[in-house]
Amino acid sequence: MDYLSKLENKSIYIIREAYYRFKNIALLWSIGKDSTTLLWLCRKAFFGEIPFPVIHIDTGYKFPEIYRFRDHYAKEWGLDLIIGRNEEKITEGMGPDREDKLLCCTELKTNALKKVIEKEGFKALLLGIRRDEHGIRAKERYFSPRDRDFKWNYKDQPAELWDQYNAMAQEDTHFRIHPILHMTEKDIWRYVKKEEIPSSELYFSKEGKRFRSIGCVPCCTPVDSEAQNIDEVIYELEHTHEAERAGRAQDKEDAYVMQKLRALGYM
Amino acid sequence: MTQGTSLYVAITGHVDHGKSTLIGRLFYDTDSLPEEKLEEIRKISLETGEEMQFAFIMDHLEEERGRGITIDTAHTFFSTEKRQYVIIDTPGHKEFLKNMFTGSSHAEAAILIIDALEGVMDQTRRHCHILGLIGIKQLIVVVNKMDLIGYDKEKFDKIVIEITDLLESLSIRQNYNIPISAKEGVNVATKSEEPRWYNGPDVLQALDSFNELEVEEKDLRFPIQDVYELDGKPLAVGRVESGGMKKGQEVSILPSGKRSKILSIEKYPDRNIDFAEIEECVGINLDKSVSRGDLLTPPEESRTLTPGIVKTIRTNIFWIDSNPYNLGEEIIFRSTTQETVGKITKIYKAYDPADAEEVWENAEVIGDSQVAESLIELDKPIVTDSFNEIPEMGRFVLEREGYPVAGGIIL
Repeated sequence: MDYLSKLENKSIYIIREAYYRFKNIALLWSIGKDSTTLLWLCRKAFFGEIPFPVIHIDTGYKFPEIYRFRDHYAKEWGLDLIIGRNEEKITEGMGPDREDKLLCCTELKTNALKKVIEKEGFKALLLGIRRDEHGIRAKERYFSPRDRDFKWNYKDQPAELWDQYNAMAQEDTHFRIHPILHMTEKDIWRYVKKEEIPSSELYFSKEGKRFRSIGCVPCCTPVDSEAQNIDEVIYELEHTHEAERAGRAQDKEDAYVMQKLRALGYM
Repeated sequence: MTQGTSLYVAITGHVDHGKSTLIGRLFYDTDSLPEEKLEEIRKISLETGEEMQFAFIMDHLEEERGRGITIDTAHTFFSTEKRQYVIIDTPGHKEFLKNMFTGSSHAEAAILIIDALEGVMDQTRRHCHILGLIGIKQLIVVVNKMDLIGYDKEKFDKIVIEITDLLESLSIRQNYNIPISAKEGVNVATKSEEPRWYNGPDVLQALDSFNELEVEEKDLRFPIQDVYELDGKPLAVGRVESGGMKKGQEVSILPSGKRSKILSIEKYPDRNIDFAEIEECVGINLDKSVSRGDLLTPPEESRTLTPGIVKTIRTNIFWIDSNPYNLGEEIIFRSTTQETVGKITKIYKAYDPADAEEVWENAEVIGDSQVAESLIELDKPIVTDSFNEIPEMGRFVLEREGYPVAGGIIL
């Protein structure tokens, strides 16, 4: 079995395991390359029809290309799409410039997600995070319990031996499930190419710049790049020393901000 | 780097023997660190007023850097010309042993690091037992901090003899013994002049000499993971754990022993494929109904390996919960997709691998970090193979109140 097929089968096994253990589950789709890959794997795992909702947390600050991409493929793939927005804070004018960035992420992303989970009663969420993205994500488990306040008890995670996943939810917890945790950024692009998974045009160079990681418009800067297609992106990644999330503002403010965000329930 | 291969390597050993530093050094010397990461580490080292802390590359939690220890296992990636590596850092403290077990259970190879000054310590012994339990086949022993003992060959040899005895008693054979200094970069990613008496490979060369584990052709084992509906018909999904599966093939459904036929093998978007190989996740149409936990094997007359269908199993387990197990207490037994209630009815012997001299025969209790040879009685029969034949079919996890408390193998 080739390398990419191994990665794929590992993910599909985890996705099916998650669905067996939690019927009340949803997929978190940021429309980026990783969560779109995860969505693709879910379509494969369930033979074309994903049997649970797909959530997009909309901060109101996303790129127009991202909204277009979302609406197009939600229709083409027949997704049961839930759009989660923290309307109250968006109306109040919450933004990265008005308040500090950590607070903005917490309100418009984490709290928007909390509201969706409360309303729909989800017991588990599938997320497209990867271990090579950030040091703190390197410590994640495939199945990760969070308490009612979304807290991640990273100092005392349950053991996860072989392919046996811990899925016993206390009444007031939900599980984060990370089926593509083992894939790297390069793996993702190679898999996207092999499977012909659609990806946003933002990832490809326009006027010498492209996005490597996509978040909200104000907090996300493109990198210098001439890579105009997937092959060129892969070539570029094989020769760069720049970190993937270098263009993401929330990773920068202090060395432990990602740890703090994740402990609070950030994706 | 060559695309197409990747090797999972666990870095194990006693606390402060230099696991995180070794990994940091490997990344640094192979030029695998993003510029930002280097900057961040320089910045933190400046702030804390300490020299370059390679360990910070792996120890990412604020608490880890503050206390200078690794709390949880982490996976990071680097590449050589030969392949990609997934490096699994594991904690060396006793209180985080469950995290070490978690990390190691995904490894195909391991490095065991021993401090040249301290030698074999408690966690070295416990980690060796876990490596034995997971059946590690490719192992590098490194003796670290050789610079601090002036590259003394006699001391190195003494440590190697001690660790070789311990590993042999656990049926593990190390492939290499390498004298290194992770801090100085000696024999990590570059062959160094010191020590002059050492002519073997450096750590990176040793890693590159390993292979991904070869999959041997064995009999089919297909545990049913779930049953979906496709085109109005039930479709049993699962992963081929051993052997392969052909469309039209006759199979035996265990534990019941009913015979059935594979009418079709389904994937998406490719439907109706002819063959499924080991590790492949597929859906199958059968002419009999099945449910999760059932297991497909070849029919009796065409088996080369007879699986056990048993309610009582003799096992070796490693207890990783801080609350001990009391004889007769109910637990959940999980192996592949099989799950049943059970209890340990006899503890032949229990001991802390850190001190293998003190053994409790016919024990009533299994304590934290103890290994126990024990008899487990299950409510329902399960299908097993010997761990040496098909590891996936011979290992299991015990759960209590939803939490994994032990991992084990069937003897």
